[in-house]
Amino acid sequence: MPETILSDAPTPETERSPEPAGRAFWSRLGRIFLQQREASILAVAIVLVVYFQFSTSNFLTGVNIRTLFEFVSATAIISAGEVMLLICGEIDLSVGQVFALAPFIMYFVNQAGLPLWVGILAGLLVSCVVGLFNGIVTVWFRIPSLISTLGTQFLLNGITLTLSMGEPVLTPSEGQVNQVMGANPYSEILWAVLVMVVVQVILSYTRWGKHTVATGGNLLGASEVGVNVNRVKLGNFMLASLLAGLAGTLEAFRITSTDPLAGGTTIMFSAVAGAVIGGTALSGGIGTVVGAFLGVLALSILNDGFTLLGVSAYTYDIILGLAILIAMILNVRLRIWREAGRQ
Amino acid sequence: MTEATPPVETPDVIRTEHLVKRFGAVTALRDVSMHLRKGEVLGLVGDNGAGKSTLIKILTGFLQPDSGEIFVNGEAVKLRSVTHARSLGIETVYQDLALVNQLSVYHNMFLNRELRHFPLPFINNRKMRELARDHLKKMGVDIPSVDVEVAKLSGGQRQAIAIARAVYTDATILLLDEPLAAMGAKEARLILEMISNLKAMGEVSIIMIAHNYSQVLETCTRVNLLQHGMITFDKPVAETSLEELNDLVMREYRVAAKRTPAKS
Repeated sequence: MPETILSDAPTPETERSPEPAGRAFWSRLGRIFLQQREASILAVAIVLVVYFQFSTSNFLTGVNIRTLFEFVSATAIISAGEVMLLICGEIDLSVGQVFALAPFIMYFVNQAGLPLWVGILAGLLVSCVVGLFNGIVTVWFRIPSLISTLGTQFLLNGITLTLSMGEPVLTPSEGQVNQVMGANPYSEILWAVLVMVVVQVILSYTRWGKHTVATGGNLLGASEVGVNVNRVKLGNFMLASLLAGLAGTLEAFRITSTDPLAGGTTIMFSAVAGAVIGGTALSGGIGTVVGAFLGVLALSILNDGFTLLGVSAYTYDIILGLAILIAMILNVRLRIWREAGRQ
Repeated sequence: MTEATPPVETPDVIRTEHLVKRFGAVTALRDVSMHLRKGEVLGLVGDNGAGKSTLIKILTGFLQPDSGEIFVNGEAVKLRSVTHARSLGIETVYQDLALVNQLSVYHNMFLNRELRHFPLPFINNRKMRELARDHLKKMGVDIPSVDVEVAKLSGGQRQAIAIARAVYTDATILLLDEPLAAMGAKEARLILEMISNLKAMGEVSIIMIAHNYSQVLETCTRVNLLQHGMITFDKPVAETSLEELNDLVMREYRVAAKRTPAKS
């Protein structure tokens, strides 16, 4: 990606006072880390793989890699949408509930006698409408998205439980559609990679992507230049919900049944955690989809490896919590270092 | 940069007549009649609270005057909004600069005007990078690369990019709100040279709010002093001096001091 390559040529008209050697070292390390954020999280993932392979010797087996893909796929798809929202300065806490709702919409539309693909589209359409609703409440009524989507999270959960009467259902299956949507052991990870590539391209190479960064980076400035910041936010809310609905649908096909309590806050927090570990700033303006994918991958490797080692789930939560805190502290420190670097 | 040529009488691009603006009990502009000729750099000086910012905000369409008239290129207009003023070629560079720190210089230059590989939806980075580089070169803006994020640049470089962007939008009238505020001597030099370049090209007309009189005398064609909501002084820089400007302002202080006896 050409735009991440930064020239290190010194600014000609600034004479830097010699920095203390220690600070210079740390700020240079910080700069390298910042520019190669994706590389460093990939390095962490590889180190984890090597460690788990040596300590369990059955990490890199076909069965376990498929398990790993199952951990990664749905969360990575959700995190792609969440990254776009975080970059434009918002967050969606309700994605886990959209994840549960979409397959039920599909199920009921299919039960009503319509073809399965119509059901899938209906589920995705409803997901988009939820995103639009989140966006409208946030943008027009000026409710912080942390609060507005907390509200829709409960609202959607209630709707899904009412529709399903609290009971899981068997996912309808039709040969070809089934294979494409998730019954094939590799289809879900392929979907996740496809989503990652498409959303990263949107972020890096379209006006929409640049306007998303501008909206999160300088809201007032972007609107002074004429960027329609409200439209950018609405669109990204819809994208995040759409991807959550897609992830839920794929998961329903893979498991062949769908539960009204699937996903929930667990998957939402994993997606946000992956994004943050992958370098996305909660303050907006900064982040990549590739980074979020790698962040989710690293967390999944950790989770899977601990399961193989027989480490308790409680320990995993402790490590996850620490990883998020360290990533957040790094994000903030790096921004301070970077701002200190300009004079 | 000597002013050998006598000032040429060019038509007014902006003229205001008897502008009045009140905020409740406070009268920000009492009676402002001023004009800006084509290709001119008008230095607007005056104390804090004299009404400089109010005047700029009216000319940029952000505020509407209570009474008085505005003529743009000879035609009477009511500037309804910033967008309206912009459509008439009036562009303002605010102190916050409206730059996005996380985007590269050229992405900032083309923010909301991104070039695409038509009919594909992808932006044409190569073309934008080239055009930005050429334009900045033409404007005499010296930055290490158009690929760096704006966050990595100095205050002067950021100001230069904001001005270059405003000019690139085909603006013909540029309003600069304290472009030299909080800037070191070297940085200020960069911006002053840029403004001089624009003056030499003669395509844009500029109103510049400034505090440093010697910088105004060096860069501007004409200077207006705004005191208590009125233009009290209007001369080409060639016909005035640092002493005269300082004297005018000091006289105001002395009058004020006489009116209100010292409190402590």
